[in-house]
Amino acid sequence: MTLTSVGPANKIARTPETHPLTWRLRDDAAPVWLEEYTSKDGYAAARKALAEMAAPDIVQTVKDSGLKGRGGAGFPTGVKWGLMPADESLNIRYLLCNADEMEPNTWKDRLLMEQLPHLLVEGMIISARALKAYRGYIFLRGEYVDAARNLNRAIDEAKAAGYLGKNIFGSGFDFELFVHTGAGRYICGEETALINSLEGRRANPRSKPPFPAAVGVWGKPTCVNNVETLCNVPAIVANGVDWYKSLAREGSEDMGTKLMGFSGKVKNPGVWELPFGIPAQELFEDYAGGMREGYTLKAWQPGGAGTGFLLPEHLSAPMFAGGIAKVGTRMGTGLAMAVDNTVNMVSLLRNLEEFFARESCGWCTPCRDGLPWSVKLLRALEKGDGQSGDIETLLQLCTFLGPGKTFCAHAPGAVEPLASAIKYFRSEFEAGVKKAPSEPQPSVVETVI
Amino acid sequence: MSTLIQTDRFELSETERSAIEHEIHHYEDARAASIEALKIVQKERGWVPDGAIYAIGEILGIPASDVEGVATFYSQIFRQPVGRHIIRVCDSMVCYIGGHESVLGQIQEQLGIGLGQTTADGRFTLLPTCCLGNCDKAPALMIDEDTYGNIQPSGVAKLLEGYV
Repeated sequence: MTLTSVGPANKIARTPETHPLTWRLRDDAAPVWLEEYTSKDGYAAARKALAEMAAPDIVQTVKDSGLKGRGGAGFPTGVKWGLMPADESLNIRYLLCNADEMEPNTWKDRLLMEQLPHLLVEGMIISARALKAYRGYIFLRGEYVDAARNLNRAIDEAKAAGYLGKNIFGSGFDFELFVHTGAGRYICGEETALINSLEGRRANPRSKPPFPAAVGVWGKPTCVNNVETLCNVPAIVANGVDWYKSLAREGSEDMGTKLMGFSGKVKNPGVWELPFGIPAQELFEDYAGGMREGYTLKAWQPGGAGTGFLLPEHLSAPMFAGGIAKVGTRMGTGLAMAVDNTVNMVSLLRNLEEFFARESCGWCTPCRDGLPWSVKLLRALEKGDGQSGDIETLLQLCTFLGPGKTFCAHAPGAVEPLASAIKYFRSEFEAGVKKAPSEPQPSVVETVI
Repeated sequence: MSTLIQTDRFELSETERSAIEHEIHHYEDARAASIEALKIVQKERGWVPDGAIYAIGEILGIPASDVEGVATFYSQIFRQPVGRHIIRVCDSMVCYIGGHESVLGQIQEQLGIGLGQTTADGRFTLLPTCCLGNCDKAPALMIDEDTYGNIQPSGVAKLLEGYV
């Protein structure tokens, strides 16, 4: 009963024009190997990029397309690429693919890597050409054993076909690609922690600046991009900027499509490739099918454990960064989760903060000490053993661990859902505070010294 | 019999040594192979004994203390003996909503061990894991390299039977 990543993404109608990431998926969810991939126009974009486009033109195309990072932070990809040094004498450069998918409710890159490994390889060839990187690494979490196997086979196939190695497509460009599997720890997904881990060190984030574009892996200029981000590159190169900009729904400030999903007690949990700007309501009702019989929607989270909780009324928000920002949180990865009426928010947050506390790398004090403190308070509130002032302490922690107070975004991501849960469901937290003992009676208290 | 303190002289097997040397070529710097080297030893032996820390340090040309720092940082490197099979229960919030705590409770009751522990017969070690990426099939768990989804507490006994 070993699971595959087969899911609803394979079952909706898909076309090359509207679903650049997923149209090549097979209905049976088997991996698309080289022969089938090339028969579906695979590597045509890489051929075009290497034969016809100069490196700065590829960077400019990606910049013009408006592609943003799909790992959760949403930084413009072309801008990130533009940070790589112009100095040609710095000729040892690296492209790293962040495939350390480990955040609770983030399960999109797995689908691409298991079923369309060549799409990632092609995206990395084009991106490496744009960045003048001679070597790339896919930093993959260790538990994704099927993805590792499929990516390694795809790399072998691409090597044998001459798409990786020396003088690719006769362009004079050389690029080699390796899969590097991790050994656990969520923090490896932070890009400078990922670089430390790749170097064989503890995965503590690095102080920035310098940014990886200037001083990255082994001290060389390095660019780190998410799997889904890199998988967008071939279609942008093949079909052009105007086409890419036509994909999102009207009103969306973000361009292209996004792997979006819904999990929790919905009728049809899944991941689908959808245009940016789709109302969350449509994702929830038309794709996820609404709540299962007997459950009602109490709250939802738009994009991973590090995003804030929202109420059912916020489902009218469109799924793009600015649309979700308007209702008070971040779109994150775009994989939403439904919280149903049977779930107690204090218990849910206890589970969530246990994750963040366990996965803190321990490098900086607010995160190392603050997160276990929040777990301690939440466990007490869950058992009804909370003390008056505990909720205020939790809110203080939300400030002390917020953006700018720690080395990386781990702790800020941990407190965003906590602050929103207290904001919307404060009474559930208050219910965990032990009632003060009835009136103290000073007459019976004796001071014995 | 305590296997915690290694008194015998430790030597990497020829297979381990050549696998580690092969890995070094993938990187600019031998240190980068440290995590992979630990995984190679663990694959052969089930865990990483003390002697391996020194041996890996020597082959990579880095201090043993650095190897130990790496070995103790990453959750999938085991510095003490583990069972023949590793159960990794996904404890993400989606699996929490899906009821993973009752599945975990059932496993603990059936095996008589808690998280981080190994059964007396050396058959199973039970560990928590970050989101396994099967959020449409919550709750999910992994046994060795097999992933299972939609687990019910009532299905635990049958599931474990397959691993002797």
